[in-house]
Formats: sequence, structure tokens, C-alpha cells
Amino acid sequence: MRPIFARLARDVPAMLGLGIVVFVLLLAVLGPWIAPYPGDASASHLLRRLKPPSLDYPFGTDNLGRDIFSRVILGARGALQIALAVVVASMLIGVPLGLLAGYRSGWLSETIMRITDVVLAIPQLVLALALAQLLSPSLESAMLALSLTYWPFFTRIVYAETRRLSGSLFVDALRGVGAGTSRIVFLHILPNALSPVIVRATIGLGFTILVAAVLGFLGMGATPPAPDWGLAIAESRTYLPKAWWYAAFPGVAILITVMGFNLLGDGLRDLVDPRIRRSR
Amino acid sequence: MLRFVLRRCALVLPSLLGLLVVTFLLIHAVPSDPAVAMAGDAATPEQIAHLRQQYGLDRPMWEQFGLYLGKVASFDFGESAFSHRPVALDIVQRLPATLELTFASLLLSVLIGVPLGVVAALKHNSWPDYALRIFSVLGVAVAAFWFAIMLQFLFSMTLGWLPLRGDLSATMSRPPVVTGFLLLDSLIAGRWDAFGDAVRHLFLPAVTLALGGLATIVRFTRSGVLDTLQHDFVLYERAVGYSRSRLVWIYVLRNSLTATVTQIGLLFGGLIAGGVVVEAIFDWPGIGSYTVQAILTGDRQVMLAVTLLVGAVYAMVNILVDVVHGLLDPRLMGRA
Repeated sequence: MRPIFARLARDVPAMLGLGIVVFVLLLAVLGPWIAPYPGDASASHLLRRLKPPSLDYPFGTDNLGRDIFSRVILGARGALQIALAVVVASMLIGVPLGLLAGYRSGWLSETIMRITDVVLAIPQLVLALALAQLLSPSLESAMLALSLTYWPFFTRIVYAETRRLSGSLFVDALRGVGAGTSRIVFLHILPNALSPVIVRATIGLGFTILVAAVLGFLGMGATPPAPDWGLAIAESRTYLPKAWWYAAFPGVAILITVMGFNLLGDGLRDLVDPRIRRSR
Repeated sequence: MLRFVLRRCALVLPSLLGLLVVTFLLIHAVPSDPAVAMAGDAATPEQIAHLRQQYGLDRPMWEQFGLYLGKVASFDFGESAFSHRPVALDIVQRLPATLELTFASLLLSVLIGVPLGVVAALKHNSWPDYALRIFSVLGVAVAAFWFAIMLQFLFSMTLGWLPLRGDLSATMSRPPVVTGFLLLDSLIAGRWDAFGDAVRHLFLPAVTLALGGLATIVRFTRSGVLDTLQHDFVLYERAVGYSRSRLVWIYVLRNSLTATVTQIGLLFGGLIAGGVVVEAIFDWPGIGSYTVQAILTGDRQVMLAVTLLVGAVYAMVNILVDVVHGLLDPRLMGRA
């Protein structure tokens, strides 16, 4: 483990990404204690509507007089919750299917991979929007729709790794000494296939935050008065060009968070797969 | 060549069939009754039963699927619950606007992205390279809908340089429809005023859409050029005394574009999907804003047709990418 961390520590962009991710995680956990006006998640103060950024309100206030700085901080929790739930659910669906399809061959394996191809052939955003609408719009539907459209990415990776590993010498040796299928798959193949899955999950977290923001923006995700970043940008459109700060800061929060996950994911990929070196 | 193309097409067929199954299941696997949803809140039970019969919702699943296949084959996607017009007609009328926007942004990202990628490779590990790397990370991480709103705020609302929304000013009379592509139609009619106005309207949405693609193209061109520069033929041509610019911009670039072509293909699909939200923000009269409207009003027929359309476009683009690869590197054709 040590050399991996040492190599990651020398990759400046990846460390920047790690820093951002840790920072956003802290905001998500400690948000209500860090935010200057934690009550502004739901409260409204009509006397101080749409105030420009000042010392009291660093990011200004919104149409209901709520402190945007506080709401951006409080929004980190929701964004990470959605992203984590979606990525974990996708892994729980995608990884076992990939193992199954990769280790066994036959009609079941074929069926799984064809379904994977089909789902990957439709742009995730379009499919997720259609699904979320059909399931009647709510935060839960949005998360379900995103998970149902993201799992094939994991299936495809795990499938390829499992195929490669199940032909390798050490798996043959395990079969030779009489190891059972489930033992081989879960104790020997799965751990070896895990690193590309972790890379994909890291990038997936950033990607999901972005897509979930689109859903929130279109009113298919979080509902008011939740301090959701996408939702805030949607609400802010009515108050442009007067209140630019209302639209600007939630977008910057999305940008920085997604960038953090992408930088970290890129750095991890360089470690796991030195063949595709980004910084060459 | 023909064999190669046909084989590629055959490989896509199962995916297309699967696409049909998925879209079919989308309507039928959801808990809510489609007939109730179509009829609206004020419908009587008789009306619902009538709708159910009209759309064949009372028949067994496999029979419905057969019916559905037949309809799709004859481009019958039903009627939009919102515009009360055939969905296929709406799509045909709106497709040119979307294609115009997609091609414009693709053109922007290639024309700017490829040279930038070459520059980043030539200056690699110096400040232009670092700047472009930061830029490409930002370009992928930015939320397109937010970027669109910020552009609107800056260039339309504050500076007043470019129009806020739509594809043509309200005061400008539309050129007669010939191809459906506004830019082409204005040229055919010889209407330079309309052409200029349309370009000004196209600018902000195209820039928004181009941003994500631009970052990807810079990245792949850069690594492609870096790879090619390692080859012996570059050393040879340098030794023979080719000028540096001729060497880089012609010989190296041509050999570096394979990965970029794949990315352009993938981008095309991504642009159509990304265009959904961008079109909605700029009120661009294409498929994207149509989709958002359908989603917000729960117009299922439209949502299905659009999902099918986008999936089919994806599949076709994949074939096209393979063919272009075959042309760039004829060795691939024998192998596949």
C-alpha cells in the first residue's frame, strides 16, 4: 500500500482532487455546524431578499432572503448522498452481473452482456430523464433512474476483468486444487478486478453529481425548499440579470466538486493502469 | 469495403432490437397505468377503457409488442399529448434545428480543439500545456446548463451583444422552408440579413455545447500527437529537412487522428444528449427542447420516440466511426 500512496502524493493534480473531495466530504458531514445560517435550509426572511454579496452574506441572498453561502454548504450533503447512493447501487447491480457473465459462458452471459450493450447505447441523461418521469418525479425516482442507467458501466469493466482473470494460470491452479466456484470468484477474481471498479466509481461520483444536478434543474429531483444546487440554479433564472450571485455560486460549487472527483479518478487510473498515462 | 460496412451494420441490429424492447418495457413495466395517465385527471372510467382499447393496452404483452414493432417500422409514434400532432411529424420538423446546432458545435470543437491539442503536445510539460490541461478538466466538470445561463447573463443580458434565445429574431421574417435548415434556407433565399441573424442566435448555444467536446478533443489530439512524434519516420523526415510546420501539421497530424475520430463519433451522440438541456435553456426549436417539454408534461409518446431516435443515432454513428477508422487505417478492414 505504501508505494501507491507515495506515488499518488507526487501527482499534484490528483492531490488537488483528493483535497477537494475531502473538503466537500467535510462540508457534507459538518455542514449544519459550519454554515453561518444553518436555519436557512428552510427558513425565509423576506426583508433581506436578493442582497448582493457582502461580509454578512458572502455569496449574497436569494429570492426568499436566505443566505446563499449557507445553502451552498448545506447542499453538499444532498449532492454526495445522491451520488453515493447511485454509485453504490450501480455497483451492487453491475459487479455481480459482470462476475456472472464473465466467469460463466452461455446464454445467460450473452443475455447479460447484450442488455448491457443496449443500455449503454442510449445516452444516460435521456434514459434517466425518461425513467424518472415514468416513475413520477421525486428524489427517490431520480436516484433509482440514475442507478438503473449507470450499472452497465460496472458490468462491462468487471466482465472484461473476469474474462481475463479466469483464463489466467492462478485460477487454473485453484481449480486444480479443487477450489469451489464461489471461492474462486469472490475470494480470488473479485479482489483482483476491484481496482478498475474503484477508479470508475470515483469518476462516477463526479459524473452522477453532474447528471443529478441536471435532474434537479429540470425539477425531477430535489423539491423546494431543499438546498439543492441544481434546483437553486433553476430558481435563480427568474432573477437574472439583477441577482447574478444567485445563479453563479451553486454552479461554482458543482464545478469544483465534480472537478475534484475527476482529478482524483484520473490520478487513481494512472496508478492502476500505467499504460494510459495522462501526464505524458 | 461493402462487406465491412454490412458486417458492422449487422452487429448493431441486436442492439437496435434491444432498444425496442427497452423502450417497450419503459411504458409497460412502470406501475402507473398508461391509459389513466393519457386520459388525464378528469376522465371517466369509460374514457379510460376506450383509450385502453384504442391503444391495444387490453391485449397480451407479446401481442402489444408486435403491434409496437409494426408501428415503429412504419414510423408511427402516435400523437403528442401536448401538441396533438403526430410525433413523427414534430420530430421531422424539429430535427434540422438540432442537427444544425450539433454540427455547429462539433465544428467549433474540432476547429479549435485539434490545433490546441497539437500545440499542447509540442509544448508539452510547459505552461501552455498545463493551461490546456486545467482547461480540459474544467470543460468536462462544468454543468452545461449553468454555463449556458452564465453566457446568457454575460453576453445577452449585460453586454447585449448576442440574442438571448430562439433561432431567429421575432422582427425578422423567416425565409421559405426548403431544407428545414435555417442557415441553408436563408442562403437559398439569398437573405443575408436572416443568415447573419441566425448565426448570431446559433453562437451561444453552440459554444455551450462545444465546451465539453472541446476538452475531450484537445486531450485526445494531444496524446495522439505525442505518440506519433516517437515514431522513426518523424526522425527521418526531420533529418531529410522537411520544415517543422509541414512535418507537424500534415504528416504527424494525419497519423495521430485515429483516437480523435473515435472521440468525435462518441461526442456526436453526447452532443445530441447534452443538447437536450442546452436547447431548453436557449429555447432552441429542436428535438432537445421538445424532449424537455415532453418530460415536464409527461408526454410518453414523445419521450419514447425521442429515446428510440437517439439510440438509433448512437448506433449509426458507431457504424460511421468504424468505417472512418477503416479508411484511415485499411488494415482494420481485413481484421474485422
